[in-house]
Amino acid sequence: MPDTPNMDGWQCPTPPAAPEQVLLGHGSGGRLSAALLRNLFIPAFRDLGLNAEEDQASLSLPCAEPNSLRLALTTDSYVVRPIFFPGGDIGRLAVNGTINDLAVGGARPIALAAAFILEEGLALSDLQRVVASMRDACKQAGINLVTGDTKVVDRGKGDQLYITTTGFGIAPPGVSLSVRNPRPGDRVLVSGTIGDHGIAIMSVREGIEFETVLESDTAPLYDLVVAMLEACPTLRWMRDPTRGGLSSALNELATTAHVGVQLTEAALPIRTEVQAACEMLGLDPLYVANEGKLVAVAPADDAGRLLAAMRGHPLGRKAALVGEVVADHAGVVTLRSLIGGERVVPMLAGEQLPRIC
Amino acid sequence: MKYLDEYRDPKAAETLRRAIRAATTRPWTLMEVCGGQTHTIVKYGIDGLLPPEIALVHGPGCPVCVTPLETIDQAIAIAARPDVIFCSFGDMLRVPGSERDLLTVKARGGDVRVVYSPLDCLKLAEQHPDRTVVFFAVGFETTAPANAMAVWHAQRRGVRNSAVLVSHVRVPPAMTAILSAPANRVQGFLAAGHVCTVMGYEEYEPLAARFHVPIVVTGFEPLDLLQGIYQGVRMLEEGRVGVENPYARAVTREGNPHARRLIDEVFEVTDRAWRGIGTIPASGYRLRARYQDFDAGRRFPVTARPVREATECIAGLILQGVKKPRECPAFGGRCTPERPLGATMVSSEGACAAYYHHGRLHTLGSRTNA
Repeated sequence: MPDTPNMDGWQCPTPPAAPEQVLLGHGSGGRLSAALLRNLFIPAFRDLGLNAEEDQASLSLPCAEPNSLRLALTTDSYVVRPIFFPGGDIGRLAVNGTINDLAVGGARPIALAAAFILEEGLALSDLQRVVASMRDACKQAGINLVTGDTKVVDRGKGDQLYITTTGFGIAPPGVSLSVRNPRPGDRVLVSGTIGDHGIAIMSVREGIEFETVLESDTAPLYDLVVAMLEACPTLRWMRDPTRGGLSSALNELATTAHVGVQLTEAALPIRTEVQAACEMLGLDPLYVANEGKLVAVAPADDAGRLLAAMRGHPLGRKAALVGEVVADHAGVVTLRSLIGGERVVPMLAGEQLPRIC
Repeated sequence: MKYLDEYRDPKAAETLRRAIRAATTRPWTLMEVCGGQTHTIVKYGIDGLLPPEIALVHGPGCPVCVTPLETIDQAIAIAARPDVIFCSFGDMLRVPGSERDLLTVKARGGDVRVVYSPLDCLKLAEQHPDRTVVFFAVGFETTAPANAMAVWHAQRRGVRNSAVLVSHVRVPPAMTAILSAPANRVQGFLAAGHVCTVMGYEEYEPLAARFHVPIVVTGFEPLDLLQGIYQGVRMLEEGRVGVENPYARAVTREGNPHARRLIDEVFEVTDRAWRGIGTIPASGYRLRARYQDFDAGRRFPVTARPVREATECIAGLILQGVKKPRECPAFGGRCTPERPLGATMVSSEGACAAYYHHGRLHTLGSRTNA
């Protein structure tokens, strides 16, 4: 029969060699990022004390009493395009993002350092706008910006403006939040709607318009963290799920703590506009970046009190209990779908690319 | 959200699930043709809700998966040219060619861009008159009208520096090929709803009659899939053949006449090689002679190199529904979305990637414990 497929010709490509160059996916917060960390950075810096498990490093002062205050240190680079977007700009992001990396470790942010890489030709008025916005963000969060650096690169060798901020904080004694703390039976909470930042950026980049303006959720979270720790001193762990979204944060938890995580799709707070954009672009909100949200794990008995405290704070009004830490399927995050089926929520592979149809 | 929430309603899903159970008395094998349907099935865990007698096998309806290796290599060669801006839908970028993928071309300095509409390429071409903007026109009858529209506009507006690399495929000849194969075990089809939105379902009627199979035009939301499965099972149990259309909110028997006219204006039917399956007669579209000036393949001839391939990947068997992804020894180990051995592991519509990303826990076995 002429239209019978010819199976003799079926072959498959040989596996492509491991990438020789850095790919965009290496910066996505997913598996490629994790591989870069695991294979390149950790081997180089492990014996120098590199802590890759948490968003911040914790240092004790040589002269301090044991179990007294500890210093928290974190650093982050911001390369967002466009540099101005609904709800924020690269400067506000650079301040809030670094504050949040300190805050989710329970540390009070004290001071920031900022380094600017400017591309030749950047409008000074744009730089001024970004800097003014950083100043506002620092004032709002009650943090000082005490040192910095500026470099300029040739036109075409940078994308307008990159910012690196380093944050310095103080962790009070007794606070011990760690990705290794969560136990089976604990509850998983998020502080609000997921995916707002990533979709706000993408809608500007791709020219997608909604009836309402979708804004980035960028916000400093320390104040919310204080309220949470007050209501729930037994809090196990927190993370601000930025690149790679909620799924990356929870996969890191599952892998590092050797526990399973079970999410309930119906409980996930997602804005209608974000859901709509994800439907159109073929994206999954679980993988989309957030800049003003945190995910927290607390013992089951304390979860109700914690949720009430979060909802009582302006940055946690849409907080929700979204899942549970389980003993089954250690290392794996699963999700109970709206219609009751179950699926695995793996770590993002490469970049999250839009589907064809 | 209107038009989505109704089709994801847990109560209605439970009602349909019970109806499917009640209707099923014997084992049946249904194929969902489109990768988008496979995606929904694994994303919502639908296969886990069905009675054990019903096997769903995943069809060849993933454009990324069936685009031949030679065409991917051709795309990569064109994309690497300094005088070209190469535009593609996002998930073609990670499909491995013989040596590299389009993302690697981009990392090495090639101007490779993701677009959401082929019409965006015309705008780009008008902004960059010194370069040729090439669009990678892949996909089934679903994407063909928009791609035809882009070519039609390019000619009408005289945008000479735009071109398309065409690798369009058609569903009915692929279904014919699957049903004709000696190893076939598919007893009924969930036809690809979006393809039918464009083409209607007239052309499936002779297919159903010739091969004595039920074909149910099926949408992409969880309730659409459950409804399609329910009607397919009912038809099989009652021994009925023919085409039923529960996706009537989007599909008519004639399809979209404007879109069909446009396809016919710009494209003609041709034989086409399917990655993993082989050449299927009359299963593709190519540009008609009067639009050949916009054929990137003619404008940038690439010397076809013999493609070196290995045998471990069983994507061909998966695309024909003969095997399931988890029956492949490389699945989840040597073959993952980051290091795909075959195209079915790349797109979220590819059966292997869908299983990898969203598969039910017990299907993952050793991977999760590794």
